[in-house]
Amino acid sequence: MNAERYDRQTILKEFGMEAQLKLQSAKVLVVGAGGLGVPVLTYLNAMGVGVLGIVDNDVVSLSNLHRQVLYSEKDINKPKVATAVLKLKEQNSETKIISHETFLTRENALEIIGDYDIVVDASDNFPTRYLVNDACVILNKPFVYGALHSFEGQVSVFNFEGGPTYRCLFPEMPKADEVPNCNENGVLGIVPGIIGNFQALEAVKILTGIGETLSGKLLLIDGLSSNFQKIRFSVNPENLKIKTLQKNYDFDCEVPINSIASDAFQQIIDKNEVQLIDVRTPKEFNRNHFSFAKNIPLSELDERHGEISYDAGIYVICQSGVRSRKAVEKLKGLHANANLINVEGGMNQISKHAIKY
Amino acid sequence: MEVLLFGIAKDIVGRSSFRFEEGDEMPKSVSELKQKLNNSFPDFGKLSSLAVAVNSEYAEDAKILSKGDEIAIIPPVSGG
Repeated sequence: MNAERYDRQTILKEFGMEAQLKLQSAKVLVVGAGGLGVPVLTYLNAMGVGVLGIVDNDVVSLSNLHRQVLYSEKDINKPKVATAVLKLKEQNSETKIISHETFLTRENALEIIGDYDIVVDASDNFPTRYLVNDACVILNKPFVYGALHSFEGQVSVFNFEGGPTYRCLFPEMPKADEVPNCNENGVLGIVPGIIGNFQALEAVKILTGIGETLSGKLLLIDGLSSNFQKIRFSVNPENLKIKTLQKNYDFDCEVPINSIASDAFQQIIDKNEVQLIDVRTPKEFNRNHFSFAKNIPLSELDERHGEISYDAGIYVICQSGVRSRKAVEKLKGLHANANLINVEGGMNQISKHAIKY
Repeated sequence: MEVLLFGIAKDIVGRSSFRFEEGDEMPKSVSELKQKLNNSFPDFGKLSSLAVAVNSEYAEDAKILSKGDEIAIIPPVSGG
C-alpha cells in the first residue's frame, strides 16, 4: 500500500493508519452495479478497500447514464461488471476486484457471499433484497441496506452485532403489484448517488469501527425537502434464526411462472412467429422493440387484456423482467388456461445477446 | 397529530404530510390510523408490508396514539 495515497484520511486522528489497514484487509461484496452500486464501488475502491466483489448481470443502457456515472456512452450494451472492473482498476490498481457476472440467485448466494466480510445491498428489486437478507443472516454477515423511490431513499445497517435485520423492518416481501420500481416510477439521477454514498460510509464504519453505524436505525432521506429522519427499530429475535434459504424468492410463490432465458427466446424467434406482448410504457417501447411485439403497458393490462389471443402461446417482455413477471401473474389470474411465458431479464438481456429488432 | 408519508404512501395520498387538527376524529392507535387511511385511499389496502413509526420509533399496530404525535408511514422501497 502506498501510504501517501491515503494520507488525507489517515491524518484524521479518529481514522488513522489503523483504520486504513482494516480497510485494506477487508473483503466487501457489492450486489448490483447500478445506481447505488456505482457510488459504493467508486468510493470503497478509492478509499482503499482491499477486495471488492461485484455481482451483476445487466448491460449498460442509455437510460442508465443519468445516474450510473461510472459508465459512458461508449459502454452502452456492454456488461456492467466488466465495464466497472476496467474503470475501477484504472482508478485504483491496488484493489483486488472480483467479478461475479451473474445475478444473485438462491443457488449461488451462499457460496458467493460466504467469501466476503460484509455485503452492500445495492440491488433494485425485492426478491434480491430478501435473498441478501436471508443469506447474510445464515452466514452471519452484516450488510448495508440502501433503497430508493423517486426523490427519496432509505439507508440502514442490518444483521450487525446482533442488531435488527431487514425483516425486522419489513417482515414479508410485498406482492408484485404493490410497489413500483425505478423503471416504472422514475428516479432523479443524483438520488442513488446520495444514498449509495451513505451506504459506502456505513460500510467504512462497520469495517473500521469508527463512529456509530445505522444499525437499529433507518435513515430516511427526502431529496425534495432535504429532510433527514432517523427511525429507531429493534431486533425481532425470530428473524435471526433463519437457517436455510426459502424455496423461492420470486414474487407470489403460489403461482409458478413459465420463463424462458433471453438467448433461448431469440433462438425461437429466429425460426418461428410468436405472439409477444411488450408491457413497457409507450415511451420505452418507441425507443426499441421487436417489430412483431404488441405494446400493452402493464398499467393498461386490466382494460386491454382482451386484445391478446389466448389460443396461442403468449410471450411477455419488459425492460428487466420484473414487470413482465407481474403481467404474467395478472394474466394468469384473468385467463387461467393461457400459455404464458415470461422472457427473463427483458430487453436488457436481449440487447446483450443480439440485435434482431 | 401529524402524519408523514414516504414512498408509495406519499404517491397514494398525493402529499408528503397531513394533520389531524383539534376537533378532527383522531385515530386512537396505529391500526386505527391504518384503517382510516384504507377507507380514504383504497390503494392503501394493497400495501401488505408497511412500517409505521411514532415519534421516530418503530411502532406495532397496537401502539396507542396521542395528539402531539408525529407518525411516519414507511412502505418498503426497492429501487436502486
